[in-house]
Amino acid sequence: MHVDFSKNYFDLFGLAEKFDIDNAQLVSRFQELQKQLHPDKYASKPDAERRWSMQAASFVNEAYQTLGDDLKRAIYLLTLQGVSIDEETDTQMSPMFLMEQMEYREALEMAPDASDPYQALDAVRKNLKSATSEQLAAFENACNQQSWDEARTSVRQWQFLDKLKQEVRSAEERLDE
Amino acid sequence: MALLQIAEPGQSQAPHQHRLAVGIDLGTTNSLVAAVRSGSADVLPDESGNRSLPSVVHYQSGEVPLVGHEAESNVSDALSTIRSAKRLMGKGASDIQDSWLNKHYQFDVDSGSLPAFVTADGPKSAIDVSAAILKTLKETAEQTLGGDLVGAVVTVPAYFDDAQRQATKDAAALAGLSVLRLLNEPTAAAVAYGLDNDSEGTIAIYDLGGGTFDISLLKMQQGIFEVLATAGDTSLGGDDIDNLIVDWLMKKADIDALSGESEQASIKEYAKSIKEALSTEESVTVDWSDAHGHAWKGELSLEEFNSMLEPLIARTLKPCRQVLRDANVDKESVTAVVMVGGSTRVPLVRNKVGEFFEQTVLTSINPDEVVAIGAAIQADVLAGNKPDSDLLLLDVTPLSLGLEIMGGMVEKVIPRNTTIPIARGQEFTTYKDGQTAMALHVVQGEREMVDDCRSLARFELKGIPERVAGAARIQVLFQVDADGLLTVSALERESGVVASVDVKPSYGLSDGEIERMLRESMDNAGEDMQRRVLQEQRVEASRVLEAIASALEADGDEHLSAEERELVDQQIQNVKVSMEGEDRAAIKTAVHDLEHASAEFVERRMNASVRKMMSGKEIDAIDSTLENP
Repeated sequence: MHVDFSKNYFDLFGLAEKFDIDNAQLVSRFQELQKQLHPDKYASKPDAERRWSMQAASFVNEAYQTLGDDLKRAIYLLTLQGVSIDEETDTQMSPMFLMEQMEYREALEMAPDASDPYQALDAVRKNLKSATSEQLAAFENACNQQSWDEARTSVRQWQFLDKLKQEVRSAEERLDE
Repeated sequence: MALLQIAEPGQSQAPHQHRLAVGIDLGTTNSLVAAVRSGSADVLPDESGNRSLPSVVHYQSGEVPLVGHEAESNVSDALSTIRSAKRLMGKGASDIQDSWLNKHYQFDVDSGSLPAFVTADGPKSAIDVSAAILKTLKETAEQTLGGDLVGAVVTVPAYFDDAQRQATKDAAALAGLSVLRLLNEPTAAAVAYGLDNDSEGTIAIYDLGGGTFDISLLKMQQGIFEVLATAGDTSLGGDDIDNLIVDWLMKKADIDALSGESEQASIKEYAKSIKEALSTEESVTVDWSDAHGHAWKGELSLEEFNSMLEPLIARTLKPCRQVLRDANVDKESVTAVVMVGGSTRVPLVRNKVGEFFEQTVLTSINPDEVVAIGAAIQADVLAGNKPDSDLLLLDVTPLSLGLEIMGGMVEKVIPRNTTIPIARGQEFTTYKDGQTAMALHVVQGEREMVDDCRSLARFELKGIPERVAGAARIQVLFQVDADGLLTVSALERESGVVASVDVKPSYGLSDGEIERMLRESMDNAGEDMQRRVLQEQRVEASRVLEAIASALEADGDEHLSAEERELVDQQIQNVKVSMEGEDRAAIKTAVHDLEHASAEFVERRMNASVRKMMSGKEIDAIDSTLENP
């Protein structure tokens, strides 16, 4: 069965199509939608309705997870502008940014051997966090001026930082073992 | 729900008739059934007043198996007395080898697709054993409640993978139970706890069951239970605490190996009594002797017991750290820690978990019953007895789902702790000219290499239109439903051809096998059972008739042309005619045809509702079209 959903997640949650969103509105609208669409509300309905509800609830969950995450929301906004982020082919980065990346990686690799490895990882995380907020601000700024190329560059760099953040987490998990 | 009275006399369902639905906690060592009666949820005791049923099944050649206490007291044929079958749900032959079950039972790994216990009544898979337990609970419930069940919410460990969940659902189908939902055990406990305390905030559920461990972190707000993260270990449980004491005692009494089930059972029983005594005392006197002249007399102090336990508890704290990190929640933000499972009565468990979360843990609800009670509350809502209920459970996938890619690596498609239901697509292309088939391997787990993850299924996509290499675009859709079960479908984008998907579950039953097992159990069942199944099919048919009639009444004219309407009416008539007959299969076919004929109508009206909803207007009006057609 085909679900006839308009694809714009912002519309779905009654939000203006911009990066800065009202999180309380997102959450309350999400709950309102799931209260009506979730498969639990269709448990004693015929198969066709149950299937439809599953697809509708899946769509709402996907939309919620996309808008609820800063990076995913940024990428989604670019997609709506017709700007695509191709991770495979696009590797043009400023030398400055690449240098920083290398520094982060070195710090990450050394952390497990530090006297307090958790603290060392925490330090990397803090640095990543402030670097991420810089990209976030740059992205928002670029969006406001409709400079989509710049916005795209910010998102690309942000993706690198996000990947590093995940690696910090994996390193922490390995320490727990 | 406003329903029209259209069912035949004798099969009608009054609009506000209470529909009987239960919650079932299918445990490794004990199972329980609970229901909401006169507004409050409680465990349903059996005829003898037992509130829980030991998860033990005893098979005798050509006879109905004994279940629970009756099976437990039977030690004559230890190999045919199956315990802890839950540990084998969704597992394959290779898993048995590492399992302690291998020491106590004989297995047949060749004759079916699932490993089976060799019993006096032939090979029995873990699904068969679980079905026997579920059937007993169903009978207890129907006797106590005085009617047929419309369905059940069956609980599973949150950390159960797809194969383990599917096995549980198959067992319920074999037992003749309609599963309203598979519910994660910690989530069920949270419902029982949360509604009881009317609380809001972030709570951690620490669930140390007989054979599994789960930790879930949930946000509770106005009846909405949103699972933020879950983690666990499906091969660690309270039984392992008993086993620690058994091992210790065997060393002390100089016992190399236990001969036979009865000896195993009695030493385990003894170990359990020591564990329970140490929940309140500083030390217990141990006095053990067996038929082979092994004996030991002495003391086990709480201190010594605790030092044996510590590594086991430490293993449970690792997943606790993981959920906090996954949910991005710090310990200070956790407003309550709820303890579930009989083993959480052990003082050291409470202390260590309290220490970890830096607060006193909650033990106010009976840790053995809280899961079944939560499941009963949800079953009552799902059966439609509480149309105004605010209760909504938003659960997550416990493990990442991924696909095998080049070099035996895994590409994650749906990461762990994603809110379900969820659908994600992945695009593939052919690598050879004229390629018409493609093999996919779906795995579940967190590791990077396929070999370190759990294999779920292999899919073969066939019927891909012939193109030059790289030209066909195959969209593979992963859909995880609200039970946490995965289905995969595939579509060639350009031509719109739906590639067929052949599923070969790695550790489960194929659809054909389930059908065969159902048929066999039906053939073996008495006339009584046949009649009941027929009755169930009629109830199902009238349910579908009711729903479609009320939808037609509400906006049939709006969404259907006269010809379309006529087609649907024709199928409705067919169902009614089939219901007068005695042929179950004919009713089933007629219902299926009706659903098929009205699928387009259902889709149109639901999409119309969503369009209204998405425009952000008339939410109340939609409420009435969706909920009260």
